Order: sequence, then C-alpha cells, then structure tokens
Amino acid sequence: MSTDYSVEAPVVAGRLTIAQIEELVAKPMDTKPDKKFFLALTVSGSALLIGAVCLLYTLYYGIGMWGNNQPVGWGFGIVNFVFWVGIGHAGTLISAILFLLRQRWRTGIARFAEAMTIFAVMCAGIFPIIHTGRPWLAGYLTPYPNQHGLWVNFTSPLVWDVFAVSVYFTVSLVFWYTGLIPDFATLRDRTSSKIKKTFYSIFSLGWRHSSRHWLHYEKAYVILAGFATPLVLSVHTIVSFDFAVSIMPGWHTTIFPPYFVAGAIFSGFAMVVTVLVFVRKIFDLQNIITIDHLEKMNKVILATGMMVGYAYGMEFFIAWYSGVQFEQFVFINRAFGPYAWAYWIMVSCNVFFPQFFWFKKIRRSIPAMMIIVLFVNVGMWFERFVIVVTSLHRDFLPSSWGMFTPTLYDAGILLGSFGLFFTLVILFTKALPVVSIAEVKAVADGAQPTHHRGEHHD
Amino acid sequence: MTDKKIFGVTALFNDPNAIFAAAKKVADAGFSKWDVNSPYPIHGIDKAMKMKPSKLGIVTLIFGLSGAVLALILMWWTMSVDYPMIIGGKPYFSLPAFIPVTFEVTVIMATLSTVVAMFAFFFGLPRNSHALHDTDYMKKVSRDHYGIVIEAMDPKFDEKATLLFLKDLKPLSTEIIYHPEKETYPIFEPRFITLLFGVAVVVSIGTYLMLNKLMYIVPFDWMDKQAKVIPQTSSEFFADGRGMRLPVEGTIAKGFIPYPFEGETNPTEVLSNPYFPTKENLELGQRKYLTYCSPCHGNYGDGDSRLAGQFPNPPTLHSERARNFPDGMIYHIITVGQNVMPSYASQVTRDERWAIVNYIRALQRAKNATDSDLKFVKAE
Repeated sequence: MSTDYSVEAPVVAGRLTIAQIEELVAKPMDTKPDKKFFLALTVSGSALLIGAVCLLYTLYYGIGMWGNNQPVGWGFGIVNFVFWVGIGHAGTLISAILFLLRQRWRTGIARFAEAMTIFAVMCAGIFPIIHTGRPWLAGYLTPYPNQHGLWVNFTSPLVWDVFAVSVYFTVSLVFWYTGLIPDFATLRDRTSSKIKKTFYSIFSLGWRHSSRHWLHYEKAYVILAGFATPLVLSVHTIVSFDFAVSIMPGWHTTIFPPYFVAGAIFSGFAMVVTVLVFVRKIFDLQNIITIDHLEKMNKVILATGMMVGYAYGMEFFIAWYSGVQFEQFVFINRAFGPYAWAYWIMVSCNVFFPQFFWFKKIRRSIPAMMIIVLFVNVGMWFERFVIVVTSLHRDFLPSSWGMFTPTLYDAGILLGSFGLFFTLVILFTKALPVVSIAEVKAVADGAQPTHHRGEHHD
Repeated sequence: MTDKKIFGVTALFNDPNAIFAAAKKVADAGFSKWDVNSPYPIHGIDKAMKMKPSKLGIVTLIFGLSGAVLALILMWWTMSVDYPMIIGGKPYFSLPAFIPVTFEVTVIMATLSTVVAMFAFFFGLPRNSHALHDTDYMKKVSRDHYGIVIEAMDPKFDEKATLLFLKDLKPLSTEIIYHPEKETYPIFEPRFITLLFGVAVVVSIGTYLMLNKLMYIVPFDWMDKQAKVIPQTSSEFFADGRGMRLPVEGTIAKGFIPYPFEGETNPTEVLSNPYFPTKENLELGQRKYLTYCSPCHGNYGDGDSRLAGQFPNPPTLHSERARNFPDGMIYHIITVGQNVMPSYASQVTRDERWAIVNYIRALQRAKNATDSDLKFVKAE
C-alpha cells in the first residue's frame, strides 16, 4: 500500500459540514444518557466507593493500614502519585506542544486529553497528601506567614513538587477552560432548555464569537501553549528530583528527569488511546477522532517507549560503569532479586510490546492497539513500583533490608483512584463537549477563505 | 418599535470567502465600531478588518517577570533573612535550588494574568446582557454562519444608509438589532437574595461546626487521644490508681547525690563552701537568686518582696542572725527548707546553691559596707 506523504490527510474525515460537526459533538449533551452510560458509571462509581471506604479507614486509623514499613517508607502512595502525574502529561503535551508544532490533527483529541490531564492530576494530588497521614494539615505545605515563624524549605524537591503539581493543575485547568469558552457559547445558542442555557451562559462569560476577541484569544492561546510546554516538561522533571536528589542507590542518577518525562508521555498517550478508542465508538466520533489520529498517537507511543527502553539500558550501564558497589547491587537485585517479576513485567510491557507498533497494520488496528496500550498502562505502573520499592527494600545495610507487601487497603485506594478518574471521564463525556467544536470547525474542509489554504498567516 | 434604541445592523453570510471580502469593504468604508462574528477564528480576518496585532503579550511579560522577582525575593527573605538555616551545606541564598520554584511562580503569574486580563479588561467579560445575545444573528454565527455587525455608536452610522450599504454586500440576510427594552437586574430579585442569605447561613454554620466540633473528633484531634498513659493521669490498671509509676525504693536520680544532713539543724561542721566568690560564680548566684530567692526575700535580700506584710513575713537576709550564719547553714536551709520555706533541692543544683550562698554574702557585705570596702570600690 503506497501512501502519498506529501499531502496531509484531512483532519476531519467524511466531508462533514461545519453544522454536522457541531451536531455530532453536541449530541451527547442534547440527549438523555442511555443504559450503557449508567452501567459504566455504576462500575466506576463502585470502584470509587471502594477506594473511598479504604481511604476513610486509613484516615481514621492512620497509614499503618498500608503496607509501608521500614525500610520501604514510600509504598503505593508514591507509586500511584508518580503514575497518575505521568498520565496527566499527555493532555498538555497534545494541547500545547503539538499546537506549537502546528500539528492540526491534535484538534480532535486535544480537549479530551486536556480533561484527562486534569482528572489524572486530581488523582495524583490525592496521594502525596494522604501519604502524609494527616491530610487536613496539608496547608503547612504552602509558605504562609505563621506564628511559629517557620517557612517551608525551598531547597527541598518535595516543596518544588508542591509548586510544580499545583501550578500544573491550575494552568491545565485555565488552558482547558479558555478552550471551552467558545464552545459554551455555541452550546448556549443552540440549547432550548432554560436551565442549560443559564448554565452555559454563566460559563461562556457572554462570549460573542467576535473577531476582535478571536484576535486576542488566539494570541492568548499561543502564550498559554508557550508556557505550558516548558511547564509540562518541568513537572515530571521535578517529580524525578524527589528521587534523584536523594542519595539512594538506584535513584541518584542524572538520567532521571528525561527518563521520567519520556515515561510520562509514554504512559499518558497510552491512557489517552485507551479511553479515546471507547469514546469515538460510543459517541460516533470516528470522523473527528479518526484512525489517522490514533495511528499518530501510536507512533508517539513507539518513540517514547524506545526512549524508556534506552533509559532502562543506560541505568544498568551507568551502574556498572560507575563502579559503585551499592549501585551495581541495586540493579542486579532489580532484575534478579525478589522483585524480579515486577521488573520483567515492566520491561516486557514497556519495551517489548510497543515494538509491534512498527507494523502499520497493528498501528491501525483497534483491537491490537487496545491490547498494547493496556500493556503499556500496566507496565508504566510497574515501572514506578520497581523504582520506589526495589531501591528502598535493599539499600546500603543488609541488616536493614526488608520486603514490601501491599495490603488490601493499598489495593483498594489504587482501585479507587481509577474509579475517580473514570467517573470523572464518564461524567465529562455527558456534561461537556469532548471535542473542541470551535477548533474542529476551523480545520474542516472549506472552513477557511480559499486564498489562505495551506498558507500560514503570520 | 421605533421608540426602541438601535444597537446596530447586521448582515449574515455563509461562506468564509464572502465574509472576507465583505469585511474588507466595511473596513475600507471607514467604519470603526463594527465587528465580524464567526464560530471560529478565520485566518487573515484581522488584516481584512485592519486590526492592530494583539498587545496581550505585554501583560504576560510584566506579570511573568514580577512573578520571577517576587518568588526570588520571597525565597531570599525567608531562607536567608527571616529564618536562616544551613541546609545540605549550601549557602543561604542557593540560587540553583531556587530555580524550580521561581519557574513555577513565573508560569502561574504569567498565565493567570494573561487570561484574566484578556477576558476581564480586553473583552469586558463576563457580560451576558449584551444586545447581540439571544438574537437570531447570534444563534447563526454561533453555529455555521459569519456575520458583520455595524454598531449605532459608529460616527458614520445612519440606520437606513448603513443597512443599504450592508445589503450591497449581498448577504444572506440583514437584521436590525435593538437594545433590550428594559434593563433587568436579576441580582436584586428576592429569590436571589434568599439564595445568598441561605449560602451565608450554611457557610457560617459549617465553619462553626468545623472549627468547634470537627477539630475535636478523631482523627482530627491533633493526637489528643492516644493508646497510651498520659503523664499525671489516673489508671485503673495499677492498684494505687496512678498512671505513673513511682521509682523503686532507694532509686537515685541521675546527677543527684543524696543529702545526708536532712533533719539536722546545724550541719555546718562538715559543710564548707567549695567555691571562691569569683565574678562568674557571683553572676551565676545572682541569676539563680533572682529566679528562686527574690520572689520572697526581695531583690536585695531585704525581705521586701510583694509577699511582705503577709504572715509569715519573708525574713530579711541582713539580720544579725543571718549574717552570722556560716556558709554551710545557708546552703542547708536552701537544700532542706526552713519553716514555711520549702526545699529548693530539686530546682537548684548543688553548685548553684553554693553560688547563691556567695551572692547572699556579697549582698550582706554590700548592705553593711565598711569604709575599707568603699576604698576598694573607689579604687575600681
């Protein structure tokens, strides 16, 4: 099969008119939810409830309910935190970096990916706070003038983390909301329900689709994307500093920041593909979220998967090359010690399975990509498990070695975080446009004046 | 209808090329208060409308830079002025370690200020009472049409002439938009005020319960309740009902030596002052005297403290009897107490007791100074 790569594939397939695009995207909001919606909500809600119960037990009795111990003081709490923050990287990457790179195919998936970013960061934010044991004292993490005369330690990566994750969440939310405003206005003008109209009017801020506004709006979008791009890279870099700034063997490595960022994009794209495959099917959005988009996502997964694989290899090499006995031991112990099963799950899921994406048929096959991205999701969770647990459980002194066994409460809270994530995703699909109506209209065929076709205005 | 106030006239198009050409013509005709409405940004319409490039970036620059400066000043002040502490052997102002937070604060300031400035100050939003809202024109341009609106505020505006001008552009349709008849202020509606009142009541009650009830419930009670015996409390576990245990008979606390002269009246034969009244020793004695002795005996040992006049009166230390006490006797009285004066053995160490003795001797001598003493003072 030969493809002409000199011509860009149409971003919107099926020759949809602008009005048809709007109908397609707005349909879930105009119709009553069906049984499948409630079934999905029940499943995710149950998971959320299980997590909530486990969390309440933890709050009441303390984090002794978890498997954390000495020496493994960072158990599931930190594993899940890093996992979810990683998932949260795809959205801003798609909406900001691909925007700056003028990848027009991003329009179909940007809104959804941004929403997933926000939900994933919400899931992530829960974990370090409950990991402190007294989450209601989380206000102490912020630098505020107090009677004790104390300040937070600005030289600590843990404080950088507080800043990075909260700024990331806020900027993602603002970015997302800014994109939603024209869509709220469109929904406001098409709805006939008074309650919905009030709701949309409030959130649209009275947007009038004015060209004088669009001018500044597009400028603001470029500015936001310009800031979100270094921000998204900084967040997982700073998360990796939580590990790399310590002197633990297996953590104290300079490869951690790029390795974490690549892993975050890898896992985030995998999660976006996982969810989009269902969404485009359920809401008939195959023409807006096309198979071409999914294929491009799979290519990114392949590329970042190889970066992650390179990092795995390079870690081993540097451990040997450094000549540090503890460093060498940690890596041998990772691959052949008591947690070898976790290590090999990680390597096979993250490095081996994505290699199937070299084949175009597999990249464009929904069932095949579904299997591979699920493997990637699992593998990336285990990557964080391997990093946290295997480094801690056997470090310098053999007399202080130990093992980590998660409890049911650990598992319940992890399940609950998935429940929270998918509950929010499911509610989002019904409450808000899952695709940016204004952006997709703008890239549809015949949407722009003809003399501007293929020519970028400066 | 004529008494209504005109907002402007509008024309609708359904082709991006047509709106582009029409926008050019309106701009060339010299109108200033006019606009193009489209469901998405049209490439190049800013040039056709002769709009100046957006100056939004200035806001971003100013607030981004002030974010960076503020973050650095905050970290410098907290970490090296207000509460300096050496961490990891780094300098108080450790710039590399401050980069991440500086970056994050820069980003948040720059982005939030840009968005707020754009919507609130550049656009004047939120504004749901604009005349264009709820018109057919708005509904169309919100969906898949493109429209031009020329406002009545424009100096060149004339209802009939402008309408004809727009019709010359060959639009799908034209429409005259009027201001809404009556301005309504739904915030003064009783229902809305009731809602506000309800919110205020709920928030007040919630805050009260949170601060006064919730904070005293497990697990929010700051570790007040724990599965352990708190000192000075009772316990049903032991026969004597005390939570704390008494030490075994004959236990000697660390650093204490039993005082063998308890109960004796005058063990001065064996007790002699091991310290010379050096300056350091006298200063130690003064400190301890002012802390433990002066509340009763007065700052200069005159027995003139605020307890004076009560029964029994705290005695002066300058009486004939006190002056004739040997050092050991004063030490003995501090150690075991006398009359209503309790033992100070647990508050003042042995060395400090002797220092107090030296200080009392100095006070006594100062109160009864001789001419030869004055000579020493004058010599100094």
